[in-house]
Amino acid sequence: MMYSKKVIENFTHPMNVGELKNPDGVGKVGNPVCGDVMEIHIKVENNRIKDIKFKTFGCASAIATSSMITQLAKGKTLDEARKITKADVAKELEGLPKLKMHCSNLAEEALNAAIDNYENKSKQSFVRHECHGCNKKCEKRK
Amino acid sequence: MPEEIIFTSGGTESNNFAIKSTAFSNREKNHIITSKVEHDCVLNSCRWLESQGFKVTYVGVDEFGAVNPLDVKKAITKKTCLVTIMHANNEVGTINNISEIGKICKENGVYFHSDACQSYTKVPIDIKEMNINLLTINSHKIHGPKGVGALFIKKGTKIKAWQSGGSHEFNLRAGTENVSGIIGFAKAVQISNKKNVEYLTKLRDYTIKKIQENINDIKLNGAIGSDRLCNNVNFSFKGIEGEGILLMLSEKRIMVSTGSACSSTSLEASHVLLAMGLKHEIAHGSIRFSFSKYNTIKEIDYLIKVLKPIIAKLRAMSPLYSSDKK
Ligand SMILES: Cc1ncc(COP(=O)(O)O)c(C=O)c1O
Repeated sequence: MMYSKKVIENFTHPMNVGELKNPDGVGKVGNPVCGDVMEIHIKVENNRIKDIKFKTFGCASAIATSSMITQLAKGKTLDEARKITKADVAKELEGLPKLKMHCSNLAEEALNAAIDNYENKSKQSFVRHECHGCNKKCEKRK
Repeated sequence: MPEEIIFTSGGTESNNFAIKSTAFSNREKNHIITSKVEHDCVLNSCRWLESQGFKVTYVGVDEFGAVNPLDVKKAITKKTCLVTIMHANNEVGTINNISEIGKICKENGVYFHSDACQSYTKVPIDIKEMNINLLTINSHKIHGPKGVGALFIKKGTKIKAWQSGGSHEFNLRAGTENVSGIIGFAKAVQISNKKNVEYLTKLRDYTIKKIQENINDIKLNGAIGSDRLCNNVNFSFKGIEGEGILLMLSEKRIMVSTGSACSSTSLEASHVLLAMGLKHEIAHGSIRFSFSKYNTIKEIDYLIKVLKPIIAKLRAMSPLYSSDKK
């Protein structure tokens, strides 16, 4: 698996790892069966993401995309943050291997789930994926 | 006897040849038995035979990765022409009771092939006593050159050449032999030594003990003690994914492999670990450490020293590990 320097950098020295004490929004997506789960915590002030942290179970690219999307989202308004796409994340990481594109998809979804959670303030959202677009057949197989 | 040894380009070719050609040379029968934990070259040969109208039974394994010979016995029918069960598994190092499987095959008049790439020169193999008709071995697993292997074919086994061409290798494997590779292979066999097995067993047990002493929430995958290859250690580290461990170890100049889906091209977790009944998330967190006689205890100490903080770092990042603890 060939990763860009930027992916390796964000994997070995990820930014914004951890949890927030009293998060305003939490988004968790993925499925442990597939091998990736991402959890993003946000702190919101004046409609801006003041602080953001993540925790990720997954491969190097899942960790790198989490690190990258938290850096991109930090300081942005909620509307701006919602506009960050998986393509932006992949571009900032100087590309992802084709098989790993679903990781950036997951990052985008986790961030949006955290914002949804803040805006609805209903229950903490955990979007447990049936299958998030990768070609793993693990779920279907059973 | 020399004419019972056919040199090939490696384990993959030997396995393809043994399985496909035995099936096609015994067309009055149409059934093959194998296991769920074989190397891909065996599994894919069997799947290909299915596409050609043959029937294949894939027997399961126990939690340690071993085939129960009785399962093989139960699967045999009048139509069975071949049983192909590996001697030792390449991912978890579990050694199968091929003596018993060979006996069952003999009693039922079925050919027995075993893929011994992993065990050759490490675990005793007695062709006669084990009732083996076909045996695959290769060179690069024993420090020989890459791209060379052999297939033992017991005299009298009904099998035809698989590839078409000249009369090389007693009319069984056409194509000019890789002579330099074969000489290197032979030399590697000569150099192999029982002392290395004892040494590797020490390294293996030391590694297992040290990892167990230093890291929590782990699972040793595969058999314990003498049912395990001397050079194989395989652990799952709960709550994290293997590819991250692999890359971080690689940064520290330690090369390992993982059963995680993420580092495979198919994005699927190891079929071996899943067949052993591991949960997907545990299979994703598996790492295989394999040793050679050139490794040292000092290197194992270095491994433990760097592994511990890597596991801690990745677990601190994992939403599954903290929720495990709650
Ligand atoms: C058990 C087993 N069978 C077959 C093979 C394939 O052998 P080769 O790489 O020589 O084709 C390997 C590893 O390479 C193996 O570990």
